[in-house]
Amino acid sequence: MVSHSPAPVVSASGIVKSVMGPAGRLSILKGVDLHVAPAEAVAILGASGSGKSTLLGLLAGLDLPSGGEVRLLDQDLGRLSEDARAGLRAGRVGFVFQSFQLLPALTALENVMLTLELSGHEGDARAGAREALEQVGLGPRLDHYPSQLSGGEQQRVAIARAFAAHPQVLFADEPTGNLDQQTGDQIIQLLFNLKSAYGTALVLVTHDPDLASRCERRYRITDGVLGAA
Amino acid sequence: MNRALRYSWISLGREWRAGELRILALALVIAVAAVTSVSFFTDRVQRAMSLQATELLGADLSITSPQPIPGEFAREARERGLDTARYVSFPSVVVAGDDSELAELKAVSDGWPLRGTARVSEALFGEEQETRSVPGSGEAWVEARLLQLLELSVGDSLEVGEISLSITRVLTYEPDRGGDLFQLAPRLMLNVEDLEATGLIVPGSRVNHRFLVAGDEAAINRYREWASAELAENQRLETVADAQPALRNAIARGEQFLSLAALVAVLLAGGAVAVAARHYSDRQSDTSAVMRCLGASRRFVLQVFTLRLLWLALLASTVGLVLGFAAQGVLAWLLSGWFATELPLPSLWPVFTGMGVGLITALGFGLPALLRIGQVPPLRVLRRDLGAPPPAMWLVLGLAMLTLGVLLLWQAGDVRLAGFVLGGAAVTVAVLWLAALLLVKALTPLRSRGGVALRFGLANLSRRGALSAVQLSAFGLGIMALLLLALVRVDLLSEWEGSLPEGAPNHFMINVQPDQVEPLQALFERHGMERPEYYPMIRGRLSAMNDAPVRPEDYTNPRAERLVTREFNLSFAGDLQPGNRVVAGQWWDPEDPEPGFSVEEGLAETLGIELGDVLEFSIAGERVRAPVTNLRGVEWDSFNVNFFVLSSPGVLEDFPATYITSFHMDEAGQRMLTEAVRQFPSITVLDVRALMQQVRDIIDRASLAVEYVFLFTLAAGVTVLFAAIHATRDLRRRESAVLRTLGASRKQILAGLLAEFMVMGALAGLLASAGASAVGIVLAREIFDLPYTVNPVLWLAGVGGGALGVGLAGWLGARSVLRQPPLLTLRQVG
Repeated sequence: MVSHSPAPVVSASGIVKSVMGPAGRLSILKGVDLHVAPAEAVAILGASGSGKSTLLGLLAGLDLPSGGEVRLLDQDLGRLSEDARAGLRAGRVGFVFQSFQLLPALTALENVMLTLELSGHEGDARAGAREALEQVGLGPRLDHYPSQLSGGEQQRVAIARAFAAHPQVLFADEPTGNLDQQTGDQIIQLLFNLKSAYGTALVLVTHDPDLASRCERRYRITDGVLGAA
Repeated sequence: MNRALRYSWISLGREWRAGELRILALALVIAVAAVTSVSFFTDRVQRAMSLQATELLGADLSITSPQPIPGEFAREARERGLDTARYVSFPSVVVAGDDSELAELKAVSDGWPLRGTARVSEALFGEEQETRSVPGSGEAWVEARLLQLLELSVGDSLEVGEISLSITRVLTYEPDRGGDLFQLAPRLMLNVEDLEATGLIVPGSRVNHRFLVAGDEAAINRYREWASAELAENQRLETVADAQPALRNAIARGEQFLSLAALVAVLLAGGAVAVAARHYSDRQSDTSAVMRCLGASRRFVLQVFTLRLLWLALLASTVGLVLGFAAQGVLAWLLSGWFATELPLPSLWPVFTGMGVGLITALGFGLPALLRIGQVPPLRVLRRDLGAPPPAMWLVLGLAMLTLGVLLLWQAGDVRLAGFVLGGAAVTVAVLWLAALLLVKALTPLRSRGGVALRFGLANLSRRGALSAVQLSAFGLGIMALLLLALVRVDLLSEWEGSLPEGAPNHFMINVQPDQVEPLQALFERHGMERPEYYPMIRGRLSAMNDAPVRPEDYTNPRAERLVTREFNLSFAGDLQPGNRVVAGQWWDPEDPEPGFSVEEGLAETLGIELGDVLEFSIAGERVRAPVTNLRGVEWDSFNVNFFVLSSPGVLEDFPATYITSFHMDEAGQRMLTEAVRQFPSITVLDVRALMQQVRDIIDRASLAVEYVFLFTLAAGVTVLFAAIHATRDLRRRESAVLRTLGASRKQILAGLLAEFMVMGALAGLLASAGASAVGIVLAREIFDLPYTVNPVLWLAGVGGGALGVGLAGWLGARSVLRQPPLLTLRQVG
């Protein structure tokens, strides 16, 4: 097959997700197709409970669909074991979450170092982590624990962690959901700057149309079906 | 692996502040301290035993006999170039001024001891020094206790039989005395040359002659072969290898018992580890999900958490070891009276034991919960409701039982005992747990009554029914052990003392020569005392039963073995003595008796003697045979003179006999005693009260030691409580925040917490009191044959102590719930 556009980094074809609920089978996703090209930014909008987080989890290989195919970085996730999917993510896929999800037992520096080491990063993980944190303006707070940082600072650490290994794809789940307007704006600015700098593809899940408007393509998920927003 | 090692280590310090790990560590510290305090102590005892193996005998070989040992043994030994020495030991009353005391006399020859060295000091509690000599003629070396009892000091003299000896040294260590577990009377050592002049050795005296030999191994072995063939019936040959088996057995049992007591603490600590690890793994679910999300393999996550547990176990075990070492000092001090010598420093083995117990406990009880961490789906980063499946019950219980089994087997060193204890523990815990569950259920109706605080507290108890039941069982077990040792034991003892009739004999007089009976009776009369009854006593060894020779090695029961090794005190009587009843066969006609023996039923059972069996006794070289015509039940605690074996009149009259009597005497009679001992030095007076006091001291010390080990059990119980409180802390915080938002005062919430824990403590105390009472009743009825009424103090102490102790511990553990403002709490936890 010959294509003029470069191969997508994330590609979902006809994915279906249903779970058994108390009232019988419940369909969350009813045949979703989505293809994300390298360095492209895609926003997925949707009300809470619309299935957008489920879609994100499937695209990132955190879960498997009930039907259809998901390819991440040219690998068929359905053919990989859970550990193999984790290995695929290591260093090549970054995450930014609404609730930051830093490891409370590690300092800012150690949190970032962990990603680098898990990805089998060649060279000095400590230096790489320091550089990533300096990039997000946290040079003076390397040895602080998450509980000693403000929400905005924690999200900066999360961004440094996400970009430290120069990933090909970044998944962001409501990255400003727990932040005030001003801090949220700064975080988004930082996120898009780094995305451009490293040429990372971005899949952004949000309910905020303003935030979504910064992405090149926008979809809205309604009742388990993906449509253009 | 290196990465996992590093991450597990750097995160440990941080996680430490989270609390669960602190409880986990505390539980492990207690488990390791409990086990090592015991094993450090027993290690020291064992080392003392092996260092002393030759000293225990004071020689390489010894021959013991109640009769003087013929000179040919000594001649033969000297001809073979061996060193020899001898001593004679027996109890006797010694006199100083108006005071008299029972002492263990030991008359030694030059050269004693052939192995090991005695130590003496120049003054009471003076500096100890080794000595190679023995007391000179006219000299006495005495133990400090005798000086204190008689208020004497070095340089004073005392009367021993018909001679006066001058005290020249304080005897502080005697190598071949290490074996006397129960040193009832203090030692007085004199020169064997003075023995005859004391006039204490008369026919029938209960003395122990010991002949000692030492030399090179080959010569000793040849001498042993020669001597074994020459031994008479009442002579026994011992070498280092078979010295003091009774002591070894007693110590081995004591060690096993203490080890098992310590394992109860380990079991409870394991419970705390399980609760804390479970809660810990719940709280670590997020961390695991994030790590997996970032690309960590399940293996890596598991490595990190397992290694972290191992680090923690290693650190906690080290702390536990240090505490255990400090704690064994107390044990050694409590039981120091049992060992004639200072204990050597322990070896390094207990360090491995402690580390092993720490690691096994941590893994065995903590691992099932931690293994779940690897199963947390990475999707949890997006969906908080996803957690790890709870650990399979069979895995948790199975691994816990396996762990306990391994520890038991290791510590008890006996498959059957380990199985028995494991089964017993399982049943006890199951019964306690069921009882606790019922008690918790019974609380439910109470919730409609009482104040807000009580209602709230009770609601908490019954809502967490299963967890409450586990805690109740833990406390119940610990409190029960303490109640049994501290109260039931004392009650049983005083119950027994109370059961003794008023005016029961409290003194025995033995070694009375036939010609001394009349003058003694006159002495009693002169002092206005009742004339007691005298009984003849003849010493003989059971040599054959139904014409088959009786040999100690034919008996497996240690008591039976001892009985047939020693000489019996035999007597004869026409009429049945008061306090005796015939339980089988017929008492003989006093006027026209057939020759026959009457045997006490307990002894008959121990030795397997039945009605009609023909017994043969060897008495002063002669054989006496007669059938057993009846078995007797005897009231031993009447303190009347009683005999295991009596003969009918006409069987034993011709043998040399001494007389024995028992009588009641109050303080005023002391002067009569002193006069009697002056006039008849060979008579030995035994003061029952003093002997009982000494036995009680020994029991008190032993119980204290066991109670001390059970303190670790209680401490482990407290960590179970802390673990449980901690596991419910977030829930409690939220509840208290909601309650306070609704207008409850801090005081009301605090009262609720107190109510919860005090009720739990009271219930545990109730369980413990019931258990301890039941054990007390069974012991009293079945074993001691005593009437026993349960002491109300037991219930008071159990319930009150439980409520106060657990209430306080719970309050300490849970008060942090109230420390922060409700809004903050609601925000954090919500």
